Amino acid sequence: MYKYDQYDHAMVEARVAEFRDQTRRRLDGSLTEEQFRPLRLMNGLYLQLHAYMLRVAVPYGTLNSRQMRMLGDIADKYDRGYGHFTTRQNIQYNWIKLEDAPDILADLATVEMHAIQTSGNCIRNISSDQYAGAAADELVDPRPYAELLRQWSSFHPEFTYLPRKFKIAVIANETDRAAMRLHDIGIKLVKNDAGEVGARFYVGGGMGRTPMIAPMIREFVPLDQLVTYAEACLRVYNRYGRRDNKYKARIKILVHEIGAEEYTRQVEEEFAHLLGQGVEPPIAELERIMAFFADPPFEAGAAGEIDRSDPDFALWVDRNCHEHKQAGYVIATVSLKPVGGIPGDASADQIRLMADLAKEYSFDELRVTHAQNIVFPHVRKADLYTLWQKLDTAGLGTANLDLIGDIIACPGLDYCSLANARSIPIAQKISERFAQGGKEDAIGELKLKISGCINACGHHHAGHIGILGVDKKGVENYQLLLGGSEAEDTSLGRITGPGFDEDGIVDAVEKATDVYLAQRKDGERFLDTYRRIGIDPFKEAIYE
Amino acid sequence: MSDTQLRFRDDEPVADPAVTVDSFGDQSNAAAVRIEPGDDARDLLPFLDRLKLVEVNFPVFGDGRGYSAARILREAGYTGELRAVGDVLIDQLAAMRRCGFDSFAPEAPLDPADAEAALARWPDVYQSAADARAPIWAKRHG
Repeated sequence: MYKYDQYDHAMVEARVAEFRDQTRRRLDGSLTEEQFRPLRLMNGLYLQLHAYMLRVAVPYGTLNSRQMRMLGDIADKYDRGYGHFTTRQNIQYNWIKLEDAPDILADLATVEMHAIQTSGNCIRNISSDQYAGAAADELVDPRPYAELLRQWSSFHPEFTYLPRKFKIAVIANETDRAAMRLHDIGIKLVKNDAGEVGARFYVGGGMGRTPMIAPMIREFVPLDQLVTYAEACLRVYNRYGRRDNKYKARIKILVHEIGAEEYTRQVEEEFAHLLGQGVEPPIAELERIMAFFADPPFEAGAAGEIDRSDPDFALWVDRNCHEHKQAGYVIATVSLKPVGGIPGDASADQIRLMADLAKEYSFDELRVTHAQNIVFPHVRKADLYTLWQKLDTAGLGTANLDLIGDIIACPGLDYCSLANARSIPIAQKISERFAQGGKEDAIGELKLKISGCINACGHHHAGHIGILGVDKKGVENYQLLLGGSEAEDTSLGRITGPGFDEDGIVDAVEKATDVYLAQRKDGERFLDTYRRIGIDPFKEAIYE
Repeated sequence: MSDTQLRFRDDEPVADPAVTVDSFGDQSNAAAVRIEPGDDARDLLPFLDRLKLVEVNFPVFGDGRGYSAARILREAGYTGELRAVGDVLIDQLAAMRRCGFDSFAPEAPLDPADAEAALARWPDVYQSAADARAPIWAKRHG
């Protein structure tokens, strides 16, 4: 994985010094809270309901064991012994003191980590496929391109006060595990007819109050123009994105209002101009970065068989492991969704254990997924049983990847100052309800996502089943959505009708799954059945 | 109208009052113009030869359109004074310098020591912009 050189180190250290100075000026009163707010936000520090929350960047979700260990130590030293992995492959700490924040950033800098631009109206951490560099079916490893863009977007002088936040995802696979088209810019690496790799740009996707699927605006951007094209996309947005209304300020609204064609025309015009401005790093820089992402030293001829004699282990293998490009290896996902648990949470001890196990069994590498789980990308099949046993002992052996218990949920009203309703207790109740009597197994793949307000941090629009918490005259109320998908078959869910109370929404979810179980045809997932039969049979069952 | 607190030029400051972008084209003797966030900096490109001062107004620091306006003027070859005025704060100075601003007239005066520290903060830069600094990628492959 990528390693800092002296330049990267110096930049992160400068940022720590800058934030220490900004915090000092806030604490001595020379900065007002209003002036300090965007500065702390650009360092990932939010003021939440009970305390400050710090969001630490995990670039494209990739971590080594030293970094993971530090995340566990920070949870102990500055938080209450927990970290919360997020839908943008980052980690958040919910109980931070403002005066500790500069020290945390300094600790992070020692392991080549930071909280730069994890919030604020700037280009955020760039996300990617959690199976990058390991999946059998990818075109190339997308992470070098994400790293190139990370450096370009870090402290970008022109794009630090954008109309609104800006999220970029980079993938290189037909299978989309990064919700690419629900980003402000989604980049898919593709090959053209001449066999050259280039970048396909999708611009103007997003969730939030006005969910939109990004249209493609450029089929193929040559790799030696990638940064320039991104710069053109951002400049048009910075100049013409709406600033009169915070809720209409994302790029999706600009693209929607002027139309994808007109937006593309403006980008192409700006791009033609910028090509003469020397903003593109040389291809040698991309090649330098690529070298860091070379395959680890896989063992040739590693055993191809897994001993499945332990049925619990065999179930976990079937559920949580994915085919690896290297014979004798698998990609293993640790579910952070134990039955009745808080989605995405891990204790400091669990985080450190995963760090140790990654060092021993996964070439020192881990990934955070947007579904709030942790991946061991390169596990020898021969080591898999031992790994699973060690995980299972620590409560990390849950076999429910992509099942209804593998819920994405935002922190909700338990933590977040924007939320209208709690998300976590709903997730806990649903996971408990479906774990009983093997119903979760019977249903198979079903992606359920819960947001505690219309900002949609819990991706409810993109859930096969989505739940949106709203405030109805002072009472928490939950709306049900069906038919969303964040994968390559991107779609947005539809609201079924009137909302429910806390127990009612759990019942409604169960009724929806009963319709599916009764109606499904061979091999259909919940989503497939929904698409075939439409929303009406579900509404009838839910509101009968 | 606030005073220029920081200036990184050796020439004599222009005393002319800055006119609006709309009226600038019709005033053939005007040498100073003031860009508001909604103005298109490219409307000024036909007149670069007689422009000596461009003020870019930041009514609120969070409105970043002025950064693009500044870069566009520099990319087009404008070499006159480029002044950031309005809600200009310590922590915006470094990025503004990178976008081509070479004078600053903040509404509220800046602490000189803090301003100096902020401008000297970054040992290097990741991008090529309107200043002369070589980006990190250029140094890596120099």
